[in-house]
Amino acid sequence: MFAGFMVHAWVVATMVAVVAGVVGFFTVLRGSAFVAHAVPQAGFAGAAGASLVGISTFAGLGTFAVVSALAIGMLGKRGRHDAVTALTLVFMLGLGALFLSWSEEYASAIYALLFGEVLGVSTNQVLATAVLGVVCISAVVILYRPLLLASVMPEAAEARGVPSRRMEMYFLVVVALVTTMSVPVVGALLMFSLMVGAPGAARSFTDKPLGALGLSVGISVAIVWIAIAASYETDWPVGFFVGVLGAVFFVTGRGWAAWRRSGVGRAERARQLATGPMRFTTTTGTSTEPT
Amino acid sequence: MTTVSAILNGIFEPGLFTSEPVRVAVIVGGVVSLVSAVVGVFTVIRGQSFAGHSLGDLGTTGGSGAFLVGTNPLWGFVVFALLGAGAMELFGARRLRQRDMTTGIVLGAGLGIAALFLYLGTTQSNTTGATITILFGSMFVIRASMIPVFVLLGLSALAVVGLLYRPLLLSAVSPDIAHARGVPVRTVGILYLLAMAVAVSLSCVTIGAILSTAVLIGPAAAALRLTKRPGLAIAWAALIAVTLTWLGILLAYDSYYWPPARRGWPVSFFVVALVLVVYLLADSASRRNSRRDATHAFARRGDRVGSPGDRGRTGPPGLGAG
Repeated sequence: MFAGFMVHAWVVATMVAVVAGVVGFFTVLRGSAFVAHAVPQAGFAGAAGASLVGISTFAGLGTFAVVSALAIGMLGKRGRHDAVTALTLVFMLGLGALFLSWSEEYASAIYALLFGEVLGVSTNQVLATAVLGVVCISAVVILYRPLLLASVMPEAAEARGVPSRRMEMYFLVVVALVTTMSVPVVGALLMFSLMVGAPGAARSFTDKPLGALGLSVGISVAIVWIAIAASYETDWPVGFFVGVLGAVFFVTGRGWAAWRRSGVGRAERARQLATGPMRFTTTTGTSTEPT
Repeated sequence: MTTVSAILNGIFEPGLFTSEPVRVAVIVGGVVSLVSAVVGVFTVIRGQSFAGHSLGDLGTTGGSGAFLVGTNPLWGFVVFALLGAGAMELFGARRLRQRDMTTGIVLGAGLGIAALFLYLGTTQSNTTGATITILFGSMFVIRASMIPVFVLLGLSALAVVGLLYRPLLLSAVSPDIAHARGVPVRTVGILYLLAMAVAVSLSCVTIGAILSTAVLIGPAAAALRLTKRPGLAIAWAALIAVTLTWLGILLAYDSYYWPPARRGWPVSFFVVALVLVVYLLADSASRRNSRRDATHAFARRGDRVGSPGDRGRTGPPGLGAG
């Protein structure tokens, strides 16, 4: 399981999982799951186009991902961009269908792009993934405070001079970069499951932003490792295990949250409240220390 | 009808109206896009585009499952879309962001299962072409005998939306007022999601997952840019959807000898491109209108400066002069 070609798979998948956990945390917080679903698929159209003209798949993917992310950001109105996201997504997919109808390699190529081929990763791909991953993580670290504020309380952020629209654009570009690094190795569909499943579950376990972020990364890495091991054992696709495990973690998180709200949990929390520092819960479920 | 087609025959590629697959595609495409557009107006008003798209992808999972088992794909699509709608509602919260996340997780799980079904399907029977047909659909391979079933399913989705018309609009615009007036907001939401699941799976199985979302959201979003009145928006959406679908079929048929591959461009590309163009046109028209309205309103308010007698009657800005 750890020999030869498998090493690349483990390394790349772990990097992708860490980045997915970090960026996914903000995706879920901002209610941008649809964008996280649309941009990778738009990137897939770019990859199909690039393979048609004979240029690097990476370049086509990146270009289309960034263009579609910017289009969603520019066409969308404040907070409500689901219809525009849907339109961008279908247009890109339609373009992808057109490119595929022109090219000779049909079924297997599209299958690989949608569902990924984590077991056939080259050394160059490992390096490219690492570079883009570092870029994404640094972008999130630099933007952390303003992005968090703009995501949770847009009005308060504006009042404090954080331009929430520009934050939206930065965030969309980060999603596009994440897409570019992940789609060639894990596929468009798997990346989406990771970016929503892990942080969605993490949010149920803790109210603290940094805690949820850390937990999101942890769950994401756990999902990927279990999925690769299971896939290696059963020969079933990695995407299946990632998608289902994401849902399992999420349902577990929901169950945990429900239990905390129920009698037993409340009594325990009351005890904690009596001893520990008090927390205020905001509308989106993130808590802040009273200042 | 015959004279119309006689004229059209002169303009368009010969053989278009005598070809059986094209006739079936025109009928099914028209019915499906009409139903989708009407249902889609509520999808856009309620902000459920993501759910609408996800139900299509979940239907795709069902379609690949049905392919694996060897039953009619239509039932796979419908059953999985309904199950997905149920799961979304089960964990869905009222807040928009939470709903977005829940939809995403259901979609993620569904796509994972689709990957497994496709894997099992391709390794067992070695027909990778099925993957493509399921994902992209093909209007030209629909059997004519299925048309009555499609029409019946479409009518049932329309019936639910028609019966729930008022409570749906009210609970979309203001859930609190709807609740206060005794509208069972949650039940209305579930019923609507189920109707959308039927409409979406219907369009997925006939025109493919891409076009399904395109005709559900595109015409409705464009129509809602053109008018704020729901009834009129529904009429616009239906008109746009049916026109664009037929135009797409026509162009796809004409494109048979186009470069570079000379085997026809996909219908889905034409329809999504047309939908995007129409949406952008409607959007720019509405932006121009709102700018003009704002200028008018500003000019009118300017007149009123210095005549305080008016002020009591005109009320707050935005409610009075429309």
